[in-house]
Amino acid sequence: MTVLICRNYKGDVDMSEIDHFLTLLMQQEEEGLMCPVISHGSVHFMWIKHILYYFDCLFTSVCLSFVCMFPVQVFTEYFKELEEESIQDNFVVVYELLDELMDFGFPQTTDSKILQEYITQEGNKLEVAKTKVPTTVTNAVSWRSEGLKYKKNEVFIDVIESINVLVNANGSVMSSDIVGSIKLKTMLSGMPELRLGLNDRVLFALTGRDKGKTVAMEDVKFHQCVRLSRFESDRTISFIPPDGESELMSYRINTHVKPLIWIESVIEKFSHSRVEIMVKAKGQFKKQSVANNVEVRVPVPSDADTPKFKTSTGHAKYVPEKNLVVWTIKSFPGGKEFLMRAHFGLPSVENDEMEGKPPITVKFEIPYFTVSGIQVRYMKIIEKSGYQALPWVRYITQSGDYQLRTNA
Amino acid sequence: MTDSKYFTTTKKGEIFELKAELNSDKKEKKKEAVKKVIASMTVGKDVSALFPDVVNCMQTDNLELKKLVYLYLMNYAKSQPDMAIMAVNTFVKDCEDPNPLIRALAVRTMGCIRVDKITEYLCEPLRKCLKDEDPYVRKTAAVCVAKLHDINAQLVEDQGFLDTLKDLISDSNPMVVANAVAALSEIAESHPNSNLLDLNPQTINKLLTALNECTEWGQIFILDCLANYTPRDDRESQSICERVTPRLSHANSAVVLSAVKVLMKFMEMLPKDLDYYGTLLKKLAPPLVTLLSAEPELQYVALRNINLIVQKRPEILKHEMKVFFVKYNDPIYVKLEKLDIMIRLASQANIAQVLAELKEYATEVDVDFVRKAVRAIGRCAIKVEQSAERCVSTLLDLIQTKVNYVVQEAIVVIKDIFRKYPNKYESVIATLCENLDSLDEPEARAAMIWIVGEYAERIDNADELLESFLEGFHDESTQVQLQLLTAIVKLFLKKPTETQELVQQVLSLATQDSDNPDLRDRGYIYWRLLSTDPVAAKEVVLAEKPLISEETDLIEPTLLDELICHIGTLASVYHKPPSAFVEGGRGVQHKRLPARAGSGESAESPDVGQAVSAVSDAPPAVIPSQGDLLGDLLNLDLAPPTSNVPPVPSSMQMGAMDLLGGGLDSLMGDESETSASHYRTEVQSPQPPECSERELGGDVGGSPAMGVSLGGAPVGMPAGLGAAPAVGGGLGDLFDLGGGVGVTAGSYIPPKTVWLPAMKAKGLEISGTFARRSGVIHMDLSFTNKAMSVMTDFAIQFNKNSFGLAPAGPLQVLTPLSPNQTVDVSLPLSTTGPVMKMEPLNNLQVAVKNNIDVFYFSCQYPISLLFVEDGKMDRQVFLATWKDIPSENEAQFQIKDCHLNSDAASNKLQGSNIFTVAKRTVDTQDMLYQSVKLTNGIWMLAELRIQTGNPNSTLSVKCRAPEVSQYVYQCYELILRN
Repeated sequence: MTVLICRNYKGDVDMSEIDHFLTLLMQQEEEGLMCPVISHGSVHFMWIKHILYYFDCLFTSVCLSFVCMFPVQVFTEYFKELEEESIQDNFVVVYELLDELMDFGFPQTTDSKILQEYITQEGNKLEVAKTKVPTTVTNAVSWRSEGLKYKKNEVFIDVIESINVLVNANGSVMSSDIVGSIKLKTMLSGMPELRLGLNDRVLFALTGRDKGKTVAMEDVKFHQCVRLSRFESDRTISFIPPDGESELMSYRINTHVKPLIWIESVIEKFSHSRVEIMVKAKGQFKKQSVANNVEVRVPVPSDADTPKFKTSTGHAKYVPEKNLVVWTIKSFPGGKEFLMRAHFGLPSVENDEMEGKPPITVKFEIPYFTVSGIQVRYMKIIEKSGYQALPWVRYITQSGDYQLRTNA
Repeated sequence: MTDSKYFTTTKKGEIFELKAELNSDKKEKKKEAVKKVIASMTVGKDVSALFPDVVNCMQTDNLELKKLVYLYLMNYAKSQPDMAIMAVNTFVKDCEDPNPLIRALAVRTMGCIRVDKITEYLCEPLRKCLKDEDPYVRKTAAVCVAKLHDINAQLVEDQGFLDTLKDLISDSNPMVVANAVAALSEIAESHPNSNLLDLNPQTINKLLTALNECTEWGQIFILDCLANYTPRDDRESQSICERVTPRLSHANSAVVLSAVKVLMKFMEMLPKDLDYYGTLLKKLAPPLVTLLSAEPELQYVALRNINLIVQKRPEILKHEMKVFFVKYNDPIYVKLEKLDIMIRLASQANIAQVLAELKEYATEVDVDFVRKAVRAIGRCAIKVEQSAERCVSTLLDLIQTKVNYVVQEAIVVIKDIFRKYPNKYESVIATLCENLDSLDEPEARAAMIWIVGEYAERIDNADELLESFLEGFHDESTQVQLQLLTAIVKLFLKKPTETQELVQQVLSLATQDSDNPDLRDRGYIYWRLLSTDPVAAKEVVLAEKPLISEETDLIEPTLLDELICHIGTLASVYHKPPSAFVEGGRGVQHKRLPARAGSGESAESPDVGQAVSAVSDAPPAVIPSQGDLLGDLLNLDLAPPTSNVPPVPSSMQMGAMDLLGGGLDSLMGDESETSASHYRTEVQSPQPPECSERELGGDVGGSPAMGVSLGGAPVGMPAGLGAAPAVGGGLGDLFDLGGGVGVTAGSYIPPKTVWLPAMKAKGLEISGTFARRSGVIHMDLSFTNKAMSVMTDFAIQFNKNSFGLAPAGPLQVLTPLSPNQTVDVSLPLSTTGPVMKMEPLNNLQVAVKNNIDVFYFSCQYPISLLFVEDGKMDRQVFLATWKDIPSENEAQFQIKDCHLNSDAASNKLQGSNIFTVAKRTVDTQDMLYQSVKLTNGIWMLAELRIQTGNPNSTLSVKCRAPEVSQYVYQCYELILRN
């Protein structure tokens, strides 16, 4: 393992300690007990895996557990792809960034948009006028710079809901929840003040309104621009938005939803001869809606061969390197039901190794629709120059962690 | 063009080339060269030889170049301290640059140059930067103070930087406030007692205001700092909580966890019947659940923290079981952690669902995970009584799968289930026995053997089963050997007729052919028991075992409280206090939860919330590990061999007493004891009942004359045993086998000191000490006549004192006391005299009279004098009491230079009636839980932490009369050090 770049913030760790990391990691991997926090003597490693590179944080003292994540995010935003080449190509910038991100082990500014304002990739010349510290670094509004100008003032709002489902082999839903996310793309001049209105059940209850459908959000997380204490007191979502793309908020809803695409499967394994798979998929959503790019991934034994398929719609494909059959349906209208049959041969000499029981997973996307029924009621945009701005809203529902256990 | 080319030059003579380039006139070339140097440095090459050349490039107007040079400086200044001084000038100049970025850069780098010589030059620039007009510079300077403090703490204090830093807490810019807080917290960690972060309601208010405005990381600094504050009352506590709860909606999970920490801590102060308390509980659940939607590495950290939270307050997540269900693609570390939490949350309400899941997991392929899942089923059975039957049948289903490791794991947990619900599920034994041959892991074999031994009377072929194990006795692991020994002895005691040969065989295997001291000792103990007193043997070996309850690895309540204070840090991931893994003095101060407001009565009010928590807080008992029976046996000899032993509640202990005292009587042939006589006829002992004690001793020692088949075989017994002439000696030696722990150390008696010098008492010198002998307090006095005339008519009287000490009888001094004669007197004391609180508490004022005059003196007695013999508290009572005593009554002390291990310490303390109720070991740290009772009925609970290899131990004392704690500590110190 080679170290691409390193920055020792407190000077209390010997940099040769990193040599122990890989040995320890290998050892843990062998024992089958990997763990993202490893300690060696008085040094502690925290790692996350990014493609094939490990990002380490070393500590000797008690530290925050979350500092490991953000450099990766920032670097990714800076260099698009984070890999060995991109770090070596830009090592000067990386060092500059590492310096701004953290000082003496204290995380400082980790918002890449702001960092980009004063740490640029074209090795900047020292012109007094140009490289001022953006006031945003230390401002109360640290996520938006002043003096932005757009000809046309617009906000695009994407409401994206992901459904996580876990279904037992006998067909009962073990757990299901919805994780929603509201993303913004703001193209607004100046320092606008925004207010977002949702059909939030708690808000409606507070204001004594009970018309129409409301949604009870179990837990809400906001971008740092949202005034949390305001939300806490009267459920108003008010904020000065960051420029460009950002995730304004995410929420989780616990209410039991019917799995939008229901899968029934029969997998019969005849040892030494064949596997027969029958999968039925049913769209359990409104007839007017259509699920796009539906993929049903059915696991097959690793030693299966000679695939044969029959589908009532879409097409099935064997992906041997993943031990999967992927059944793709481009467009899947609500209320419809489709069928896929697959047949595989099995070798007469059987694989000794026990194989796990991977679940069937499903991927899909349903546009113009949210399962929870959440709606953007209004988006108020007020700027002191008084311009008119247009909000655009898009809804989409997609599969999250969508697993159905099988009996095979 | 990219920079990666800098990494590729590996020519020889590179350094010289670089040197030339660094000194080039062309700016472009210089910059290229510096980049190359940094690239080499990054890949670990030593380029320190270029130090002066690189430093020469420092004065540049190119920011990028400057940053690189600074980077170089930070790396190599330490190895070239003399040359680093060259850089000082540039730093000082840069600190006055019109561009705030440069000023901040300079101040930031300065602090990273860990060279003592330089630091003093940096004070002036730093002082300026701390007052800079630009907040960016101020926030960087604030951190620099912490850096400087790390290098030279004294300098920082002398220069008054700490006060400047404190002023920054009131800065107008929230980012500066946050960094000042971070720096102060960091500094405060190395000064545990300083009042650096002078937290008072005003500063707290400032911090709470800044909390709303600063960046996410700043919020964390502030929250962590808030967590160290102890609110004055529940009102303040609630108002802080109210202002912290909005943070739970922050997108950054670190902010969420820090907020959770503050809330968990301050909740401790809220009365449970308060509406707000319930609201807060409800608010905590959703954000914790949401943490689980993050990346697996973050999930892991979240799960480790949740694991602590569910142990502290299970009610928070009791309805969230399903979010902990394991997904197929979870990494193993997430799976195992989820499983652990599932068991902790298991209750009657959700047990069906949990069991179905666990069964599903048990059919996976990942061995570690499967094992843990099987084990989890067993833990559910023990935790949720109503589910036991379902758990057992699930386990039986799993055994039918015949998957080897599943079967073994299932047998291990079924053993625990038997220990929790004896005589309930024995019908499954047959099924278990079918799998006997497939067991190849020691733990499973030991468990199976335990089951066979325990239920020997119901298994027809128990002897055959055990015999089959005996064949390869020496190849078994110690665990199995010990268990086999015990099981066969049990079998023998239950079915003596058929199994004599077997038991002899195992005893000789254990005592003669084994190198393992544990095994030999246990063998000898059984042998002795069986040959001297089978009734006692029955009582000991077949004693009713205490039921196990709840879960195995609950975290120690005190440790748990400390870990709760460290939520969101590495300590909460490791589940270890920071002191266990942080070197040096940093961050090792013990944090503790605040006490509930209006402690005592209000907290104890029997409301519903309390009842719920009382159930969940039920004192955890621990499933004993395989070695525990041995432990139990060794415990026997912890009872002091004094004659006035207090009644001990546990039947096990009664057995021990019997063994020491009355055991011999039954050996003498108590014909009324049927089972004993039955046994006697079985073995057809030719021994006459009237044989003398002396002869008996010889027999016990191994004389073949005894003729009892059991006693006849001990060839390999230690010589000392065989030679011991008297019964007492023989038994004493037997207990010596236990490694010397058997001989209880008596209480520590300080040497006599002079209380009354002759000069003050007309020639009478009195020296003395106090001792507690056989439960009676004695004042041991020496009277010396240093006068010229004879002294007579001695009498003694005490003033009223704190514990009512008074002479139990008159002072008996052999008079007359001639000149230069010394007489020793032991005066028994009672504790029924008049009471008056003294200062210090253990002060005693004494008046002694003789024919010449009355003399007064005062002395101090060790409070251990007042520790009574029945001061051993029941485990459960201990736990309940510990929780019950408000934590402000807890006092912590350091015992320095005590080189005892925990067993020796426990033994020593027991001599002075400080009883060890329980012991736990966490890594290298042993925790002894001890109880002490004073003559006036006051109980004192103590936790003594002893770390192997560390001469300093920590003592926490909890008592309803906290003023006594300090004296108890003194006793500990006295006893342990002597």
